[in-house]
Amino acid sequence: MVSSAPVAALWRLRSYLRPYRFQLITMLVLALAATSAEFVVPLIIKAVIDGPIARHQRGALLPLGAAAIALGAAFSVMNLVRRWIQGVAVADIEKAIRDDLYAHLQRLEPAFHDGWQSGQLLSRSTTDLSSIRRFAGFGIVFLVTSVYQFAAVVTLLTRMNWWLGLATGAMFVPVLAFCLRFEHSYKVLSRRVQDQEGDLTTLVEEAAAGVRVLKALGRAPEAAIRHAAQARLVRDTQVAKARLLGGFWSVLDLIPNIAIAMILVLGTLAVSHHALTLGGLVAFITLALQLVWPIEALGYILASGEEAATAAQRVLEIFDTPPTIHSPERIEAPVPAPSASIRSAEKAPAPAPAPAPAPAPAPASAPARHIGYLRFEHASFRYPGATEPVLRDIDLRVARGETLVLAGATGCGKTTLLRLVPRLADVTGGRVTLGGTDVRDIPLPELRTAVGCAFEEATLFSASVRENVTFGAERASEEEVEAALTAAQARFAYDLPWGLDTRIGEQGMALSGGQRQRVALARAILARPDVLILDDPLSALDTRTEERVTAALHSVLAGTTALVVAHRPSTVALADRVALLSGGVIAAVGTHRSLLASVPAYRDLMTMEGVRS
Amino acid sequence: MTAETAGEPAWRGIATEEVDEVSAPLAALLRRRSRTLLTDLMRPWWRRVAAIGAAVTVASLCLLAGPWLIGVAIDDGVPPVLHGGNVVPLLRIAAVLAVTVGVQAVATRRFVTMTGEVGQAVVLDLRRRLFRHVLALPVAFHESYTSGRVISRQTSDIEAISNLFEEGLDSLVSAALTLGLVGTGMMLLDWRLGLVALAGFVPLTWLTAWFRRESATAYRRIRETNSLVIVHFVETFGGISAVQAFRREKRNFQIYSELSRDYAKASTKAARLIAVYAPGIGITGNVITGIVLLYGGYLVLDGSVKVGVLASFLLYLERFFDPLQDVSQFYNSFQAAASALEKISGVLEEEPSVAEPAAPLALPSASGAEHAGAEGAGAEHAGRRVRFESVRFAYREAVVLPGLDLDVPAGQTVALVGETGAGKTTIARLLARFYDPLSGRVTLDGVDLRSLPDPVLRSEVVLITQENFLFSGSVADNIRLGRPSATDLEVEAAARAIGAHDFIAALPSGYATGVGKRGGRLSAGQRQLVSFARAFIAAPGVLVLDEATALLDIPSERLVQSALRTVLAGRTAVVIAHRLSTVAIADRILVLRSGEIVEDGPPDELMGGSGEYADLHARWAASLA
Repeated sequence: MVSSAPVAALWRLRSYLRPYRFQLITMLVLALAATSAEFVVPLIIKAVIDGPIARHQRGALLPLGAAAIALGAAFSVMNLVRRWIQGVAVADIEKAIRDDLYAHLQRLEPAFHDGWQSGQLLSRSTTDLSSIRRFAGFGIVFLVTSVYQFAAVVTLLTRMNWWLGLATGAMFVPVLAFCLRFEHSYKVLSRRVQDQEGDLTTLVEEAAAGVRVLKALGRAPEAAIRHAAQARLVRDTQVAKARLLGGFWSVLDLIPNIAIAMILVLGTLAVSHHALTLGGLVAFITLALQLVWPIEALGYILASGEEAATAAQRVLEIFDTPPTIHSPERIEAPVPAPSASIRSAEKAPAPAPAPAPAPAPAPASAPARHIGYLRFEHASFRYPGATEPVLRDIDLRVARGETLVLAGATGCGKTTLLRLVPRLADVTGGRVTLGGTDVRDIPLPELRTAVGCAFEEATLFSASVRENVTFGAERASEEEVEAALTAAQARFAYDLPWGLDTRIGEQGMALSGGQRQRVALARAILARPDVLILDDPLSALDTRTEERVTAALHSVLAGTTALVVAHRPSTVALADRVALLSGGVIAAVGTHRSLLASVPAYRDLMTMEGVRS
Repeated sequence: MTAETAGEPAWRGIATEEVDEVSAPLAALLRRRSRTLLTDLMRPWWRRVAAIGAAVTVASLCLLAGPWLIGVAIDDGVPPVLHGGNVVPLLRIAAVLAVTVGVQAVATRRFVTMTGEVGQAVVLDLRRRLFRHVLALPVAFHESYTSGRVISRQTSDIEAISNLFEEGLDSLVSAALTLGLVGTGMMLLDWRLGLVALAGFVPLTWLTAWFRRESATAYRRIRETNSLVIVHFVETFGGISAVQAFRREKRNFQIYSELSRDYAKASTKAARLIAVYAPGIGITGNVITGIVLLYGGYLVLDGSVKVGVLASFLLYLERFFDPLQDVSQFYNSFQAAASALEKISGVLEEEPSVAEPAAPLALPSASGAEHAGAEGAGAEHAGRRVRFESVRFAYREAVVLPGLDLDVPAGQTVALVGETGAGKTTIARLLARFYDPLSGRVTLDGVDLRSLPDPVLRSEVVLITQENFLFSGSVADNIRLGRPSATDLEVEAAARAIGAHDFIAALPSGYATGVGKRGGRLSAGQRQLVSFARAFIAAPGVLVLDEATALLDIPSERLVQSALRTVLAGRTAVVIAHRLSTVAIADRILVLRSGEIVEDGPPDELMGGSGEYADLHARWAASLA
């Protein structure tokens, strides 16, 4: 999905520059002034050689020398001020886009994130934003100054000696084409290296995560061979890049030096014909050297501009994706989304999303809900692009305070069914109601406060245990935290090196699968939701711990409406009733014992009889 | 704790990371370690390095010749033209200039290309060493050093070193050389003007020292803050379901925005350092140029310096101070590479504690030594005899096995039962030689595991855990990991034997179906079946199952249960499971408590008794009803 042409995409991001327009203008003015100072210095050298030195006027030397020193100093001070302003503005602009991108991504539903490779979104918020930042900070300013410098220097040279000036200018024009071609080839190779390094990273990641399997099977040598082959591809491309660079630098040195040799011979002839002074010749050579930089910079700037434009396109692709799961329209918060200014340039493809962080004002006449009464009414769900629905015509009711266990073979859609309740996915047919209200009509924050979850893949964040557990209940007291940890059999957290302040998650202490599940469970318990959704939350626990957690859960679940996915008879024991999900439909509902007695498919799922006999 | 950790916001909690600020002697040790590694890496390339040195010297000398030749042309080439129309001296000088320009272009090209070639060869070598070494390190290492750190050593750290070769090193080298050569050249040309030019180094040395010191902190701060931004980003969107389900968005945004601001501040700080440093060099250069112009002007008027020499000086000064700007630009990448090298050399220094035997022994060609492929794993395959002889093992101070004696005859299936922490997994890992015993020995048909070459050990002993990791590739690729030489038919036969054929055949492309990132396309149970097929096709003499069926649902477990009879037939097996259904197929049960065997006997006998196993079995039977 390409939202707009690259340059148009870059243009749409201009709103981020607007707060800094004064800084940008100041930067530009200072850069132009500094550039002017730079080419005045050779003119002073000319004046010194042609004036005081040629005419032996000792007195005239001092003011000229002083002027050269003053100009040189002024030139540097202007650069200092420009860079100082630039450093702040550019970092702040990048931060603004980065934060908006993050906020927008957090609003997008899990299905959106499933569709993206893990590194892709990250590279948009890092690499792409850096490209945009570089162009915003340096590109725009240097684009103007390098054109100005080239034009001004060629003009000066032409005024000193018109035909030598034009000849010199002409020699540098093809260099621009050469620079552009180089930047293009270089970019192609850089992209290739990035892709190849991406593949290499995948191998490294798999080997790191699967190191025990590789060791157990003795397959380390094979893995090393695959890795080496991929690493060699990276090496080859990197070497090709170095060769290209070598050629580029040598040509970039060659052209101006040849120009100088030419100027030296032709300039001397001009001096002999009194078409140029000796000081003019020295100034001419010094000025000609000043042509190298703007040409080189232009090549770089045009390439980085192209890169920034593509990056802008990639970033806008995310901004232009509206969240499909959002709070109901009628309570739409009046605060515009941060990206609204970008979006306004184009017709918004869908209703603008409500900003999640903004507290949604409650509807004036909120209907009183019997929170805790959960119903699936002819609910069905089909993955985008799939032909067959995963869930068909699900009719299920969980009464207030009831615990319903959902059983079914692996992959039958139990998890998908659970995710419909907190709207991590939306039904594609029928509806899910909470206390009689369609979940899609309940403001998201309210819905997700009412519904608490614990998943089989227990997600912990790189934060303290306390922060992790108080996730949904920021104001919980110390006693409440302790009670939740106790119920989830997660008191081990107090024995960690820094107790509840110990950092866990990828960047902290490594916990076992069972420990992670128990912390996640404590989190769900502490949130005291009206409806609790548990997706096989005890799968990684050993039998005895599971027994203890189950016992504790019994009392926690009393009075809470709960929908629990279970694979094990031991977890099924929590249930008031059990629903068997099979082939995308609810095949049977009843108590554990009645289903065991009357439903063969359920018996098959819950007992090991086939083996023991 | 370090100041840095202490300064972190409370929500992050306290980490068990090692100290970040290093003492002076430690820093010296780290530098020495990096230098040793670097020397070792560069050794095969010393001829190329010498050639690079030659090329860059030639290029710099030619670069130096330019302004000097221009000065000579003005003093000796121009007057004959002006006074008699004799262009020969001028053309001669111009010709020499053209030659130096040509030589310089060629030498520059060689220099940049060769630097790239050698640099990338070194990076390749380093990548390969590191990858092999990490795989050779013991499991204990991987348990304390998270996979995230292993990955960043091999990605961002290596890339930092690669970047140095790519964009830093050549500029750094030629800048240093230019400074030295131009300085010398100027002194030779005229010592008085030379001294004025060199006087510029007094403020510049001071400025550069300041910049080095400040930017070291500033750039480290950038890397740290940036990595926190990245980690928070990755975590948020890796667990987006949990984030949204718990309405974590607002808090997350606060945190992200805070981290993002720290990163922006760090960037600004570094940008300001350059904003002072680069113009600082510029101002010195410009002022020195002005002074040379003034003082040189007087000297020319006095007749002690020719006007051409003054022109040479002014041209020299144009390129004398500029390289310093390059040095400052690349100091960052140099620093990143140096700290990356320190970390990498640390990992490479880790000893593979489970080392290859100095004097490898062969296994006796037991009855089961000839593996006739997957189908051949029949009754004639007797497996290997396993013995633990007074094996003692401890994790740091915690003794897990005080002194275990265990004898498993070839072909027997032994089940280990006991509470978490009783030492079951340790036994499995010692048998797979993930660890070595502190004392005593583990033998296979009488041969100490430590005397077996790794390939032999791995073909004889296979450990399956509930960590059923699949690699990206097809289902068949993943099964074939057990025996890379297996044919498609053998792969399918293995899958059939395990009971995995039906679900594999139902996948869109059957055995050729990609399993997705980390096997994400398959359910946990399906992944485990694939890993069973993988072990089955490896046809080892000894199979160790550590909680291998824990994640399966009952129908899958039933499938595996039936398959296990086939898999374990004629093979020595050690099975650990909480589910007693898995244990039930064992010939013999061992009940462990605190690393010691408290019950030992066939299942029926123990079940009938009044011991721990009978108790466990009763509870389990109750939980099923």
